[in-house]
Amino acid sequence: MESCNCVDPQWPPEELLMKYQYISDFFIALAYFSIPLELIYFVKKSAVFPYRWVLVQFGAFIVLCGATHLINLWTFTMHSRTVAIVMTVAKVLTAVVSCATALMLVHIIPDLLSVKTRELILKNKAAELDREMGLIRTQEETGRHVRMLTHEIRSTLDRHTILKTTLVELGRTLALEECALWMPTRTGLELQLSYTLRQQNPVGYTVPIHLPVVNKIFSSNRAVKISPNCPLARIRPFAGKYMPGEVVAVRVPLLHLSNFQINDWPELSTKRYALMVLMLPSDSARQWHAYELELVEVVADQVAVALSHAAILEESMRARDLLMEQNVALDLARREAETAIRARNDFLAVMNHEMRTPMHAIIALSSLLQETELAPEQRLMVETILKSSNLLATLINDVLDLSRLEDGSLQLDLGTFNLHSVFWEVLNLIKPIASVKRLAVTLNLAPDLPEYAIGDEKRLMQAILNVVGNAVKFSKEGNISITAFVAKPDSLRDLHFPDFFPVPSDNHFYLRVQVKDEGLGINPQDIPKLFTKFAQSQSLATRNSSGSGLGLAICKRFVNLMEGHIWIESEGLGKGCTAIFVVKLGILERSNESKLPFLPKMPPIHGQTTFAGLKVILMDDNGVSRTITKGLLVHLGCDVTTVSSSDECLRVVSQDHNVVFVDVCMPDGFEVAIRIHEKFTKRHERPLIVALTANTNKVTKENCMRVGMDGVILKPVSVDKMRGVLSDLLEHRVLFEAM
Amino acid sequence: MDVGQMQRTWVEYTKSLFREGFLDAQFTQLQLLQDESNPDFVVEVVSLFFEDSERLLNDLARALDQQIVDFKRVDAHVHQLKGSSSSIGAQRVKNACIAFRNFCEEQNSEACLKCLHQVQQEYYLVKNKLETLIRLEQQIVAAGGSIPIEELSF
Repeated sequence: MESCNCVDPQWPPEELLMKYQYISDFFIALAYFSIPLELIYFVKKSAVFPYRWVLVQFGAFIVLCGATHLINLWTFTMHSRTVAIVMTVAKVLTAVVSCATALMLVHIIPDLLSVKTRELILKNKAAELDREMGLIRTQEETGRHVRMLTHEIRSTLDRHTILKTTLVELGRTLALEECALWMPTRTGLELQLSYTLRQQNPVGYTVPIHLPVVNKIFSSNRAVKISPNCPLARIRPFAGKYMPGEVVAVRVPLLHLSNFQINDWPELSTKRYALMVLMLPSDSARQWHAYELELVEVVADQVAVALSHAAILEESMRARDLLMEQNVALDLARREAETAIRARNDFLAVMNHEMRTPMHAIIALSSLLQETELAPEQRLMVETILKSSNLLATLINDVLDLSRLEDGSLQLDLGTFNLHSVFWEVLNLIKPIASVKRLAVTLNLAPDLPEYAIGDEKRLMQAILNVVGNAVKFSKEGNISITAFVAKPDSLRDLHFPDFFPVPSDNHFYLRVQVKDEGLGINPQDIPKLFTKFAQSQSLATRNSSGSGLGLAICKRFVNLMEGHIWIESEGLGKGCTAIFVVKLGILERSNESKLPFLPKMPPIHGQTTFAGLKVILMDDNGVSRTITKGLLVHLGCDVTTVSSSDECLRVVSQDHNVVFVDVCMPDGFEVAIRIHEKFTKRHERPLIVALTANTNKVTKENCMRVGMDGVILKPVSVDKMRGVLSDLLEHRVLFEAM
Repeated sequence: MDVGQMQRTWVEYTKSLFREGFLDAQFTQLQLLQDESNPDFVVEVVSLFFEDSERLLNDLARALDQQIVDFKRVDAHVHQLKGSSSSIGAQRVKNACIAFRNFCEEQNSEACLKCLHQVQQEYYLVKNKLETLIRLEQQIVAAGGSIPIEELSF
């Protein structure tokens, strides 16, 4: 019974109201029934809805409400008791369900609200993450830019390319309008515009370095925003009215090679800086972002490093070029020196032999001549010839000796000798000359001076003789005293030679010899020149004296070789002088003497000693030479076996043989020595090996020593020489004749 | 000629040899080695020297005659000859050998030939002299005298 739309004014008012109620109830019921349907529909549609049970409850509640209203429709008219019961039941149920729902809602609504808050939080978080991602992306891009820039910059070691590339890449990355680099000038007082991006040839703008803005930039290692109006930024001509873009400046440290000390890191405190200025495009609303500033700072640091690498490389290239030049020069010098030395050695080799031979002939023949019958004038002439030639021979020997001393090839012939007798011999030699000049010579040997010593007897005597000879030469009258004693440690510290600290030890002692004369004396100024070669003081008195001026020089060399010192003291002309030298000698210990048990004890005097029973092998491939040497040895009483090859020698040699003489001009001369060493490993079983050679050069001697020879003798050998050699050899087990 | 005269002649002759440089002090050493136990030492050595030198000189002549001269071999021979002559005291031969060796080093075959001739000349000279000397000695010994080596005072 729908309400018809015609208005019936005949209805009683109560019926109208009831009609309206009837209609509303109907619609309510309809709505109440459709709501759950809608709910079910939409819930089914959505996948997420956690409150199904609530929904069911709610649905039930609604449905029952709807049912209540629906049933209400029947209560407008007369209705049966059933309807009333149904209505009551429906109402009761509705009440129950609605209460339950109400109770349920109390639980549910907070949950629902909290869902809302959570949703809000999540939304916030999402927004944050978005922001952060944006940041990371920009950072990563910055990083990429920096890497690319760095790569560009570091791919070259040329300073200009580095700087240009920096500016170009920065300009590109940051889309700059202008980018410029100001470098400090040599004076350090100004900054000069060196490189720009857009302008090709920057005119030499300069800016004083002590501007406050410059100081501000230099004192911070961050990029600093500066005003576009400051002189650093006013690079481009101001064309047109526009808003200049923001400008940023950053310092670029210029590291020097000297900054990198080995032990500490470069200090950036007192360094030079360059300045980089970057300008954003004008008339754009762009501002400097933080990440862009960071990029600029990083780049500035990289540029500094790249520049310093370039600078280091330049330096090292320069140094290398210099070194190469020096090398070439040194090489040349060395070759020249070598040529000179070779030439000198060749000269010496020739002179050695060639000069001595005629000298020997002259001396020999003059002495022969002396023996014959001569008229007095002839005798005088011959004596002069003899004297002069002796002098010449001495001179030649001296010069040759000195050259050898200089090139270091002279070595001392160490041996045991009687120290006392050396001095007595010198005295004997000098006494005749001294007595002619009516000079008295006294010798004073300290009581603690050892009788025997180890050293080079010949050269020590030469030195003493030289010094004493000088004393005699330069004295016209008076007394010459020679004192020799063992130098004590405190007295060894002489004022003249503060660096000379001779330390006596158990094996050595220092011999000090003082020769004092009362002669002409020496000007103290001339004393240093005394030991120079060929220099002679030009005073009148000495002009007549003979001598080449080499004596003291050679003396000094000998003394130095003996690890000593020589000096001369004089109070002045006419006041005499004292020559003092100190040399190091070895102390003879009795236990060091080696005795050969299978030989009869040989007295060390050179008399008619024979070497009876000495078994000797002689190896020489020259028949004549071999026969002669054999004859010599036989004459001295040796038992000689001759061989002419190294194989034969090794077959024959045994422990019983004492000495093997080898002519080292033979091709296998040296080889036989090595093989003998291999055959006899124990020293006391091995025979002594002695080389015979006509060759006087150092190389032969060195070769002999290298293959383990015990001695070298110069041919030709005379009977006396061989005798002396054999006795020396057997006493000392070593003999290296001075060559 | 009596022994004394022969001895004097011998002394003079020997001295002249030294004077003229044919012999040097080494020869004296040889003479000193001659004693009762070894009475013919000098003669033996001298004969050995003659043999050796003649052989070496022949070898040298042959070597230098080749188309391509083996200077090493030549040098080796000259070295031997120098050794022998210096051992015996034949001074001039020795000096000639020294000069010869220098030219060997330079590998100058013409000069070497000239040197060879020089050496040969010196050798024959000294051979002649030594033979005379030995003949004198033999005469003295045959006459019952002894060789007055002591009179060669040096």
